[in-house]
Amino acid sequence: MSQARLAPGVVPGRLTPHELAANFVDVAPPMDDHEARVAADRCYFCHDAPCVTACPTSIDIPLFIRQIATGTPDAAAMTIFHANIFGGMCARVCPTETLCEGACVRTEAEGDPVEIGALQRYATDGMIAGGSHPFRRAEPTGRRVAVVGAGPAGLACAHRLAAKGHDVTIFEAKPKPGGLNEYGIASYKAVDGFAQAEVDWLLGIGGITLRHDQRLGRDITLESLRAEYDAVFLGMGLGGVNALRAEGEERRNVLDAVSFIRELRQASDLTALPVGRDVVVIGGGMTAVDAAVQARLLGAENVTIVYRRDRSQMGASRHEQDHATGSGVRIICNAAPVKVHGNGSVVEVEFAYTAVDPDGGLHLTDDRFRLKADQVFRAIGQRLDGVPETLALNGGKIGIAGPGRTSIPGVWAGGDCAAGGDDLTVTAVAEGRDAAEDIDAHLTGRPVEIPG
Amino acid sequence: MADLRSDFIGIKSPNPFWLASAPPTDKEYNVRRAFQAGWGGVVWKTLGSEGPPVVNVNGPRYGVIHGPDRRVLGINNIELITDRPLEVNLREIKSVKRDYPDRALVISLMVPCDEESWRDILARIEDTGADGVELNFGCPHGMSERGMGSAVGQVPEYIEMVTRWVKQYSRMPCIVKLTPNITDVRKPAEAAMRGGADAVSLINTINSITSVDLDLFAPEPTIDGKGAHGGYCGPAVKPIALNMVAEIARNPATYGLPISGIGGVTTWRDAAEFMALGAGTVQVCTAAMTYGFKVVQEMISGLRDYLDSHDMAMSDLIGRAVPNVTDWNQLNLNYVTKARIDQDLCIKCGRCYAACEDTSHQAIAMKPGRVFEVIEEECVACNLCLDVCPVENCIDMRELAVGEMDLRTGIRRGPYANWTTHPNNPMAVRAAE
Repeated sequence: MSQARLAPGVVPGRLTPHELAANFVDVAPPMDDHEARVAADRCYFCHDAPCVTACPTSIDIPLFIRQIATGTPDAAAMTIFHANIFGGMCARVCPTETLCEGACVRTEAEGDPVEIGALQRYATDGMIAGGSHPFRRAEPTGRRVAVVGAGPAGLACAHRLAAKGHDVTIFEAKPKPGGLNEYGIASYKAVDGFAQAEVDWLLGIGGITLRHDQRLGRDITLESLRAEYDAVFLGMGLGGVNALRAEGEERRNVLDAVSFIRELRQASDLTALPVGRDVVVIGGGMTAVDAAVQARLLGAENVTIVYRRDRSQMGASRHEQDHATGSGVRIICNAAPVKVHGNGSVVEVEFAYTAVDPDGGLHLTDDRFRLKADQVFRAIGQRLDGVPETLALNGGKIGIAGPGRTSIPGVWAGGDCAAGGDDLTVTAVAEGRDAAEDIDAHLTGRPVEIPG
Repeated sequence: MADLRSDFIGIKSPNPFWLASAPPTDKEYNVRRAFQAGWGGVVWKTLGSEGPPVVNVNGPRYGVIHGPDRRVLGINNIELITDRPLEVNLREIKSVKRDYPDRALVISLMVPCDEESWRDILARIEDTGADGVELNFGCPHGMSERGMGSAVGQVPEYIEMVTRWVKQYSRMPCIVKLTPNITDVRKPAEAAMRGGADAVSLINTINSITSVDLDLFAPEPTIDGKGAHGGYCGPAVKPIALNMVAEIARNPATYGLPISGIGGVTTWRDAAEFMALGAGTVQVCTAAMTYGFKVVQEMISGLRDYLDSHDMAMSDLIGRAVPNVTDWNQLNLNYVTKARIDQDLCIKCGRCYAACEDTSHQAIAMKPGRVFEVIEEECVACNLCLDVCPVENCIDMRELAVGEMDLRTGIRRGPYANWTTHPNNPMAVRAAE
């Protein structure tokens, strides 16, 4: 037993290296050939299939599953990649139970959908591991497009533009590409450096130049990009984190969940990563679950998610919630933080139960409780940070019309920074792809290709 | 509880489930295990003439067709008749029969097509205690190239001739095993009957190539880069076998000729279907090769359950469906049905719609919310929608009452009338003026 297992405070090494390695293995190991064929055989090849309608990128799911069933996984991968170049990561992080698998007719028939996500991973893993890039670029157009942000939206946009013969330069603020795929999801969802391998494979198309440490508003400006390029796509995500608005949240060890997730993903030695003994995560989305579960896996004894509304309104899917509770995380609903107690460092968090107003808003009740906490993670959403003032906003995000057109001619936007999305990787990919189609049509007069 | 004891042309067995002459019945060890598992009878794998035994290939003997999850749907084999010495087989048959006197033990035979060969082999098997002989006129591979097996079974005159020899030189009950590799199975059955056969058994395996290796460009199973056609059996051949059994059962020339049904029997239900079409016993191979001998226990309990629940004796089942097998021209052209979709059971997959819209009569409407409804004005009652629907009982075929309007034709349903009297039939039989 590790010496630090029950140590108070935020300390590293609560678990042994062996335990940590076991805890952070692939959460959903890949299917082998036989498993995939058996799973594929369950697909009914529906007419105008509901799963396709439910997929934000409209992947032709029945077709790719049939291609797996007939022993041609690379053909299946191409069906996926034509619609969604991030088919590999989406297979890992999509909330399939609310998208394709939720719409699967077998869910209605027997409560047990075709394992679309796992099958998609089976098909795409093989091609990405193979390394060679399957798409060829069209004849060069001589047009140049700037993309801000090398996350799912920016890279999907860049890939589609490069495929159409345009030259793309991506400006990325961080030292690595991938965006939230690289920095923002639980490490057990994308093991063995998959996020970087996927980006490397994607860039194999050619025609995309990646420039790091280039932050909009610090190193580059929208005006300079507009002047230098034929079109600009903004896909820089949300750089800011919402505050708790609870007294005392400046105390030590009250941290952003996204930072914790990022540090964990980038850590080369998990035994050196500190974690509290009593951890409280405030929020109800995927980020809250990823932070809470990983805190448990690092050895935190008590981890509690506190969410201000009820369970059905959590941003995290039911599957994610179950994963959290199955990992030993406690979920408390209908409570909001009012005060962070402590002496320099946090010691306790005081919550008030909430009640719903007639208009749907919340108010705090007098019913209060305290949770012991030596580490608190904020996971109550992110906000746009450093956006050019000239851009019209909508609900705190970049306002867009149609396929990502912003208020400024020649500037498109997509992904989490743009209004209207649902903060999913797959939606960001769809928006990047569709904006690329619109940019291409705008630059060349060519018709927009039907997605997929 | 239903009595499953069988008396087939004087050969008694505790149940009608026999193992067919095939790899599982090649030697004493296997046959003892089969009897221990509960099989009612065994047809011992085909014996040949005395002398050097036949030689088998030393590569793969089987090709296979897989369904979902590698379920075996069909097997093709290129194994020949027994490749063990005749004396060894005879000694083992005698030993097994002595220990299992209540089980049926029939010996399959295949020797060259001359009277002397048949007389000799019949003399050799006489004192084994076996209950009967089955003449292998069916195997379509290897031996047929040497003028035996299906080479005999494809010439009715030879069947009749050899059967006559067998009945002349042996007092044993004689079953003639027929090949399906012919155009009209009634002809060889009639020939067997003329030759004095006590029964026929069918079907033997069907000429087949199970698949082609797309790297070697050779048929499977592949022997050093080459392949020869084999004999196909298993669940995939059952529909072909059922039809051939029915054709013999309803043929006036062979009516009443006992039949041992073979071809894809995998469950009690398959067996019951063969029996309903006239088979007195059934013979099994592929199911045993796939799952082992224990499958017979399900066949026994299943058939017993079925007979009990229908208050039938086994004799009531045998041949019961034969009168309902008829020619197309006897079918009631005034029988009208319409597909009906149960909206509560529908899972909205749309397979019925795709099948009807693309390949049939555009008789299913796809409405908002993925609601699929039958358009009775277009429905010809082909029932393809029901066939492709993944949900049991979601789609059924509603029968129109006599007098009810068929919305497709605008004609009210009339009483029974078939093609022989239909006005569109130039050969129609007309009532006297």
